[in-house]
Order: sequence, then C-alpha cells, then structure tokens
Amino acid sequence: MEKILKMGPSPHIRTKERVEDVMYDVVIALVPALLMAVYVFGMRALTVTVTAVLSCMVTEWICQKAMKQEIAIFDGSAIITGILYAFVIPAFMPIPYIIVGSVVSIALGKMVFGGLGHNIFNPALVGRAFVQASWPVAITTFYYDGSAGATVLDAMKRGLDLDTSLLQGGNPYVQALIGRMGGCLGETSAIAILIGGIYLIKKKQVDWKVPAIIIGTVFLLTALAGANPLLHILSGGLFLGAFFMATDMVTSPYTEKGKIYYAIGIGILISAIRLKGGYPEGTAFAILIMNGVVPIINRYTAPKKFGEVAK
Amino acid sequence: MKLFTFRGGVHPPENKAQTENKEIEVFSVSKTLYVPMLQHIGAPLEPNVKVGDRVLKGQKIADSEAFVSSPVHSPVSGVVKKIEVMPFPLSGKVKTVVIENDEKEEWAELTKIKNLEKATKEELLAMVREKGIVGVGGACFPTHIKLNPPKDVTIDVLLLNGAECEPYLNSDNRLMIEEPHKIVEGIKIINKILGISRAVVGIEDNKTEAIEKMTKACEGTGIEVAMLKTQYPQGGEKQLIKAVLDRDVPSGGLPSAVGVVVQNTGTAGAIYEGLVEGKPLIEKIVTVSGKAVERPSNLKVRIGTMFSEILDYAGTNRESMDKLVMGGPMMGMAQHTENVPVVKGTSGLLALTKEETNPYKPKSCILCGKCVKACPINLLPNMYAKLARFKQWEEMGKNHLMDCIECGSCSYICPANRPLTEAIKIGKAKLRTMKK
Repeated sequence: MEKILKMGPSPHIRTKERVEDVMYDVVIALVPALLMAVYVFGMRALTVTVTAVLSCMVTEWICQKAMKQEIAIFDGSAIITGILYAFVIPAFMPIPYIIVGSVVSIALGKMVFGGLGHNIFNPALVGRAFVQASWPVAITTFYYDGSAGATVLDAMKRGLDLDTSLLQGGNPYVQALIGRMGGCLGETSAIAILIGGIYLIKKKQVDWKVPAIIIGTVFLLTALAGANPLLHILSGGLFLGAFFMATDMVTSPYTEKGKIYYAIGIGILISAIRLKGGYPEGTAFAILIMNGVVPIINRYTAPKKFGEVAK
Repeated sequence: MKLFTFRGGVHPPENKAQTENKEIEVFSVSKTLYVPMLQHIGAPLEPNVKVGDRVLKGQKIADSEAFVSSPVHSPVSGVVKKIEVMPFPLSGKVKTVVIENDEKEEWAELTKIKNLEKATKEELLAMVREKGIVGVGGACFPTHIKLNPPKDVTIDVLLLNGAECEPYLNSDNRLMIEEPHKIVEGIKIINKILGISRAVVGIEDNKTEAIEKMTKACEGTGIEVAMLKTQYPQGGEKQLIKAVLDRDVPSGGLPSAVGVVVQNTGTAGAIYEGLVEGKPLIEKIVTVSGKAVERPSNLKVRIGTMFSEILDYAGTNRESMDKLVMGGPMMGMAQHTENVPVVKGTSGLLALTKEETNPYKPKSCILCGKCVKACPINLLPNMYAKLARFKQWEEMGKNHLMDCIECGSCSYICPANRPLTEAIKIGKAKLRTMKK
C-alpha cells in the first residue's frame, strides 16, 4: 500500500508570525518607557512592574486551570497586561493594591470573558478602574523626587501655577517630553513611548492613524478650548493610551474605517473629561467607553466589497 | 516605469530564486503516459481510441459534444495500453487513457492556420478549440469560450497575466524570458479574434529579465507592458484589471463586464504554437521546487507524465516532504499521491517541507484585523470563520461569501493560524448544495 500524502486545502504555506510574536513585539516596544520609568522613579519602577506582571501571570494560570483551558501564560498577553497596568498607576501606590489591581485585570478584565481574544475591555484599564473606585486617594497620590504634589494635568485643571506641580523646572515642554515629572509609572515620558510606538508601527502591529488621530484630536480640542494643547498631549496618559491601549487588537475595531472613528471618539472623550469632567485625566475612561462601542463600530464600518460600487 | 497594484493582499517569501535563472529543460519522455479525460473546467471527454490502437503524437484522442469542453491529444506516438478510471491531480478519479510510448515521436498530420491575415474569427476560434487550448494558469477554462464573449458586451482591452504572483513558480517567467516572441504573436492572434487593438502585459517587478525581454519583443507592435508591484494575488483576474486599468469588475460579474478579457501569457504562447506551428497542447512548462527538492528546475514536460518521475528527476527527499502541491503554494492543490499525471493546468510541482508549510495549532482569534486588511475583495474573513463555526451558512451567503476568490491571503497572514479560507470553502460548498 503506497503512502498517502498529507492533504488539506490551500493555502499550503503560513506566515512565520504567530500570536506570541505579535505580543512580544508589544513587550519590546514597552521597554523604552520602562527604562524611563526607572530613570524617573528609581528601582521602585521595576518592583512595581515585576509585581504586576507576576500577579497577572499567576492569576491567568489559576484561571486557566480552573477553566480547564490550555495554560498559555507565556503567550505574552498577560505580560503586556501586567506592564500596562503597572504603567497606569502611581509609582508609590502600596503593593497590595497593585496586586489586587493585577488580579482584577486578568480575572475580571479578560478571563471571565473566556480568555485571550474574547474580552471587550482593555484588561489593564479594567484593573485601573477597579483600583480607582476602591482606593481613590491612593491612585491620585503622586510623588516626584520624594515630594508629593499635583500632576501637570491636575494643576492645569485647578488653575494652579505649573511651578507648584510635579514638573521638573526648566522648559516645561522639554521636561514633559522627556518625562521628568510626577505621574503614573510608565506614562511620564512621551518620547520613550513614541519610540516604542514607532517600533510597533514599523512592525505593522499598529496602524499609525490611531495614535495620530487620538493625539491630534486632543491637541485640536484643547487648543480650541483655550487650554495649553502641547502640555495636554505631552502629560498624563495620552501617549501611552494612544499608542498602547487604543491600539490593543482585541478591544479595538478590526476594520480600517472603524479604527478611525474609534480614535476620533477616544480623542473627543479624553478632551471632554479633561476639560469639562470631574477628573483631571480621562484617557483610561475614554478608552474603556470606546471599547464598549467597538462591536457596533465594526458592524457599521464593514469595508465596501470589491466590485460593489461598479454595479 | 510606473508601478501598478491593488488594495490588500500579502507578500509571502517569494522563493523564486531557486528556479528563476534556470533555463527550461526538456524532460525526457516517459515510457508510459497517463492522459486524463478531464483537464479543463467542464464536461469530461469520451476517448475516441480503443485499447490496442496505435496513436500518433498530437493525434486527438478524446473529445466531447458539450459546450464547455476542450479535446485532448496524445503526447507521444505509441499504443493505447488501457483505458481505466484512475486518480488524477484535480482530486478524485477520472477515466484515463494509458499510452505506451514507442519512442518514434511520429507526428500526426497537423492542421494549422495557413494564412493568418485572411483567417476569420470563427476559423481561428475553431482552431483554438481543436488544439485543446485551455487557460494554462491553472483554472483550465476552455480558451475558445473565453475568447468569444457574449454579443452584448464590448471588449476594448486584452490583459495578459504575466504576474505569476504565486511564490516558487517560474514557468510563465521563463517562457517570457526564453520565448517572448511566441507570446507576442499569440497576443496578436487573440486580438484579431477579439477584433480589438489594445493589449497590456502585466508582469510583477520581481521579474526584471522578463519585463526587459517582453518590452523588447513588444517594440513596434503597440502591445504595452505594465510593471506590477510584487504582491499576492496580483495575478487574480479582478486584481489585475483593477491594478492595470483601474476598473472594478462588478460583484458576481466577469471581466467582460468591464470590457476586458484576461489571458495567461502561457496561454498566448500555446495559441501561437497551436495555430501557427500546428502543435496541440501536449506539453507544459512545470517548475519543480520546494525545500524537499534537491535540484529545483523548470521542465518542459509532456502531459501525462507521472509526478513521481519528475520528483525523482529533481531529487526529492520523500522523508522531509510534508506536502506535495500541484500549482503554487497559495492556491495549488495538495496531492495525496505522487502517482498522478501532469495535466494542462500543471504549472508547478512543489515538495514542501514542514519548515515551509509551518503547521501549528490554531489559537484564539485576537481580532488583529490582519485578514481584513489582506482581503483583496474587502471581505471579513474572521466573521466567516465565526459564522462557519455555528453553521450559519445562509448568513455567510448574505455577507457576500460567494465573492471570495479563495486566494488564501487571510489564512496565510493569520498569526493565530485560524482556518479562514478553509471555513470559507466549506461555506461555499454548503451554499452550493443548498441551492440545488
């Protein structure tokens, strides 16, 4: 009997890129911001990040065991969630809160929906929102250079002089760009995030239009409102959110047009919360709200099929 | 030179280097040839020879009354040894005429067009059919039908597909390099049949030598050469028309709806050989490649030659061969056995290793949208896959499933290795049976 060769429909070749590669590209892209976090906040930045990442991975392992799923804690997604969660909380928040937030990120943000690919909301932001609701003071207490104070956004919101904020003296724009200021752990350095973001765009993991539109919209709206648009885009969580959260594949639209509407929506919401809302910063909530609308966006932005126009 | 392209698609590793500079070798003719009675899209043929008959090279050995059909000819002179149902590469089994080669290479009396200038469209079309010419790119649609569009459409351009966008393959490329004049003469005949004057040859920019040779051969003929971006599926009919002419073939429609007829460059060459030299379609240029092959090459092979002989010649490592594919890796057909013969649609034979097929376990969809971006028809492959899992065939149909050209770009690009094209194929098959 002759050997029967392997059958199967075309295509017979597959790209080398796997989900893990996509995820680790994001991890690599987060490294510059992590290095800047260490520069700004010292070794505390590493402690917080490692704690969050390990908590996320352990939580995912427990959930996958309980749900009888294949263990996939090294696929990179839990690591990203851990890093991003660590990046959006203040550097000196007590460790137990950090752990609780990480557990919530993975358990309630991702696993309850069924795991990777099934969640509606960005897991790291779910964790952050939970902490914000539970310990509102802890998550808004920022230190820089050993002293507590208001972030740049907070100072702008309350009409305080920038000198009283946690921004290093000197040219405020340069300092904000480099990240020498108080704020959430990984959010302060716009330039480091930009470098990581460009890496992701080069690697084709991120559509450049999404961060560009979000940042552009905020710039435009804050300028129109008479605020300082440059400081608005360089401080707070805007860059991190625009490059790393709004571009999360699972929780953002998969259609080309949808991505654009989604980005505009986030930009408008961030500006609205910052300018008119109760919080000085609105990136996290803006993205969470728009996450919720993604299915509708996908539905109404399905691309026009080839040849449909010609009829 | 301007670079033409379409929206979407993918760019897999080209893997052309192994064979792009290999001259076409004439493959030694086998002792026994197996000629399947179905080498085109349409009705199977009935052989007009019996076991024991002597046949001559180029003699018509089977034909059909059916409208969509194309005759086949004996690739050698010899004796019909048996006629029985055997496996063939287009899946399943079909009646096959087995001919024992007497190695005399004795030609049958060949008819040809004596005076091209004076020949009428009908005479030319009849001769195209008589010579068994089908679209040799792989689809195998009878050419005489494609060249005779319905009366109510106006054709103004002939597009020649020299894109050869499938990785690995170089058979069209080599023909364009080695015998461009045959293609050019073939194009002239086609345009005479269609009664038009404009013709454009589209070639991907990774085939610089072919572009050069074709441009030179086209000089003074008015035939244009368009350089295409190397992007799969640039050679898809609709994509090619969009890229070169910026015309959108309507959903469900044929290229003739926008005034275009598309032919493979190889088919143009076959028309020249058939009508001017009188040679019916009994040979094919086949690229043999893949990492399991020691000596990748471009071979001129008689139709009816067993794949196993070609694989032996090219030095194939059967141990490392994960899949045997006829055609390109994106749209070719996997073969369950190497004991099937070369047919008119065989443009390549690939012995792929695991390293190339890269099989891995599908993961959850992460909604990255890479398939949506890659789809040249602007469909949502991820949605079809989801619907197929819940057997929502009708819903798939409502979402333009039938417009899918099955190019495989979505499955190729998916980082989670979701079976997207596969789900679409199942959905299409279900819808077709439901309609019946």
